[in-house]
Amino acid sequence: MIVPETPDTTGQPILPPPFSHYTLDVAYDEMLDSDGKPRSHYQELYHRLLEMPSETLHQRQQAANTAFLNQGITFTVYGNDEGTERIWPYDLLPRIITSEEWQTIERGLTQRITALNLFLKDIYHDGRILSDGIVPRWLIYSCKHFRREMRGIHVPHDIYVAVDGTDLVRLPDGRFAVLEDNLRVPSGVSYMLANRLVMKRTFPSLFGSYDVRPIDHYGQALLSTLLSLAPTGRTEPVIVLLTPGVYNSAYFEHAFLARQMGIELVEGRDLLVHDNIVYMRTTAGLRRIDVIYRRIDDDYLDPLAFQAESTLGVPGLLNAYRSGNVALANAIGTGVADDKAIYAYVPAIIRYYLGEEPILPNVETFLLSDEKQQQYVLEHFEELVIKAVGESGGYGMLIGPYSTTEQRSAFRQQVVSNPRNYIAQPTLALSRAPCIIDNQIEPRHVDLRPFVLFGEQVTIIPGGLTRVALKRGSLVVNSSQGGGSKDTWVLVEPVIEANQ
Amino acid sequence: MLSRVADSLYWMSRYLERAEHTARLIDVHLTQMLDHAGGDAGLRWQRLLRSLRIPQPAEEVDAYSITHILTFDEANTSSIESCIESARENARQVREQISSEMWEQLNRLFLRVKQTSMEQIWHMEPHRFLNSIKENIYLFQGITDATMSHSEGWHFIRVGRFLERATATAALLDTHFSVFLTEQTEYESEPLDYLSWVELLRSCASFEAYCKVYTATIRPAQIAEFLLLNAEAPRSIRFACTMMQGALQAIAKTTGARNQGRAERLAGRLRATLDYDQIEEILNGDIHEYLESIQRQCALIHSGIYQVYIAYPIEVALTSRGASQA
Repeated sequence: MIVPETPDTTGQPILPPPFSHYTLDVAYDEMLDSDGKPRSHYQELYHRLLEMPSETLHQRQQAANTAFLNQGITFTVYGNDEGTERIWPYDLLPRIITSEEWQTIERGLTQRITALNLFLKDIYHDGRILSDGIVPRWLIYSCKHFRREMRGIHVPHDIYVAVDGTDLVRLPDGRFAVLEDNLRVPSGVSYMLANRLVMKRTFPSLFGSYDVRPIDHYGQALLSTLLSLAPTGRTEPVIVLLTPGVYNSAYFEHAFLARQMGIELVEGRDLLVHDNIVYMRTTAGLRRIDVIYRRIDDDYLDPLAFQAESTLGVPGLLNAYRSGNVALANAIGTGVADDKAIYAYVPAIIRYYLGEEPILPNVETFLLSDEKQQQYVLEHFEELVIKAVGESGGYGMLIGPYSTTEQRSAFRQQVVSNPRNYIAQPTLALSRAPCIIDNQIEPRHVDLRPFVLFGEQVTIIPGGLTRVALKRGSLVVNSSQGGGSKDTWVLVEPVIEANQ
Repeated sequence: MLSRVADSLYWMSRYLERAEHTARLIDVHLTQMLDHAGGDAGLRWQRLLRSLRIPQPAEEVDAYSITHILTFDEANTSSIESCIESARENARQVREQISSEMWEQLNRLFLRVKQTSMEQIWHMEPHRFLNSIKENIYLFQGITDATMSHSEGWHFIRVGRFLERATATAALLDTHFSVFLTEQTEYESEPLDYLSWVELLRSCASFEAYCKVYTATIRPAQIAEFLLLNAEAPRSIRFACTMMQGALQAIAKTTGARNQGRAERLAGRLRATLDYDQIEEILNGDIHEYLESIQRQCALIHSGIYQVYIAYPIEVALTSRGASQA
């Protein structure tokens, strides 16, 4: 197979259809190397696409879209009237990760989650890392998600974060870096599973031609992680998934996971606390609950302890938790460790608790609360990405190069009046992967959210959710901001170079 | 099963049965009006509202305004549209517990009703619309039986359907008998108003079934016997109570009923009454009181279900063997 490699006048490779619109830029390309040749693990996909008539590509994409529509795999967009249900755009072409790359990711994530759990235990107990001056005490106490109520509470097996979704990006040099930790109620895992299912149905021969590590055991893995959190002495622990209800944007996922695990999907009004024991109200009477996989934020969990007007939570839950009669996944107050200002300290946190160098680097981060750094940020406002520290899901952020003067000046005011609440990062050239755009194949920016489970051992499902910014040039991959997703393949065997 | 889920399934089903009942009553009534040109239409409409337990509107009513109240009026919580909307909202809360086919059918019906206006159906012939409501609800019930596992949730759906049917039919009979039986001393004589009795049978979707048992000879006592005590006709009160009791027994079995199964005992008593009572005795006694008593007992069964399965007091549940600590 001959791959044309004559660069055109602008230094772009000239590729045959359906790749005629494919370009390279400063971002790392997942499929092509810098000479415009497909990387060895993308060879098979690349050649199949060359041979595939464009109608077939179109038909397969249509079939995949229909599959999502029929299964009702939707999410809710806030801000429109009464929350509209939408199908999340799915791109048919897989994102492929080699087994070597995955090993690094896996080791890096294990290291990071281990350190973050030690960190959470420390700051809610002895605070050694604060006394030793590694992380400033005031920074912790000013975190939006720091929960005083958790001081000194024993958490089962010291596992604060049992379910984690870490956002990784690939830098132009090909290394993976951590962009964000999601230690509260990370979502997206149902899309990862649904994407694989649809992939196997619409592209079975391509899937079969690669040796891809399976992901279908996520439900069981999550269930055994939750079981391992059960209070000691409970022989047959009852586990439930606590959802805010049908109007929540991730309700589909809550229902999906409950079904996968065969556990009850409950709302706050189904639960009650008596003598510090949590029960659910069933037609066969009250049933004691041992572990709650909660998909409700701390703020709404217990109206007696947190937001008093919340109707989503369970009055008395915090006291039951404090008494050790029920386990929560994740624990209350984990948000302090995914505060974007604390993020900047994670490499130091890893060194402090584990005495190791971080395997996955952080993205360079400027703390606005630091005067010098603030000065720099204000001078380079239009080059940077500014993020509010306690937000997630692409809300509360400004992308300098893609913003208007008005947006910048509005944001600048907010930043100056409350610098603790903001950080800045360079605008990253996220890596790009091939996507089907109007029956042609073009590169689009992607990130990766692997899902980490921390129970008796650390389990990381090989792959994760690859989110893609489908709009040309866009860097925002969030579902709420017009992003889509891809199936993510982690290969079993190391790739043999074609000419070895 | 979560109490909340049981509650939603029960009400989803009750609301649909109510919508179907209302659609049938208006449909029969509008058709019957054609044969009654010149009669006292106002009185007849009042009777329809009474048999649906809907308060009389203050202003002057006519066919159009009453049909509107009963079909699309959002202020009327018993209108067809309100019932279907409530059923759909209940189903939405427990979407994971019902089959996708059920959800899709109910959602389609809801969207259809939402997109239809009173002007449209009046212009097009209301019968077509009302008939399609009935058919779509029958379809939903068929889909439910064919696609949902016949376990606890399904039984709650049946309890809702048959409890609603028993109550609604009792109210309808009561209204009818109070008007058409008072003028008569001899129940076996030719009825004064043949058409009204046919209308009653049709309102219970039972005209054909009645004719198969008693031929087309219209005798009030036979009609009363058929609609109250027939064991096989799916619209008779006795049939509905038998089904309801069966479903409640099945629920008690799965949940290991506490509180001595109050709801089933009440249902069993009602069923036994209907199994053994004689129509002559009922008619010689106070039939109004008899039908009222059926409605009262249905209300007691409803609260019994709540007491045992849905809104039981926590103290009771904690002291009885209900709170499984295992």
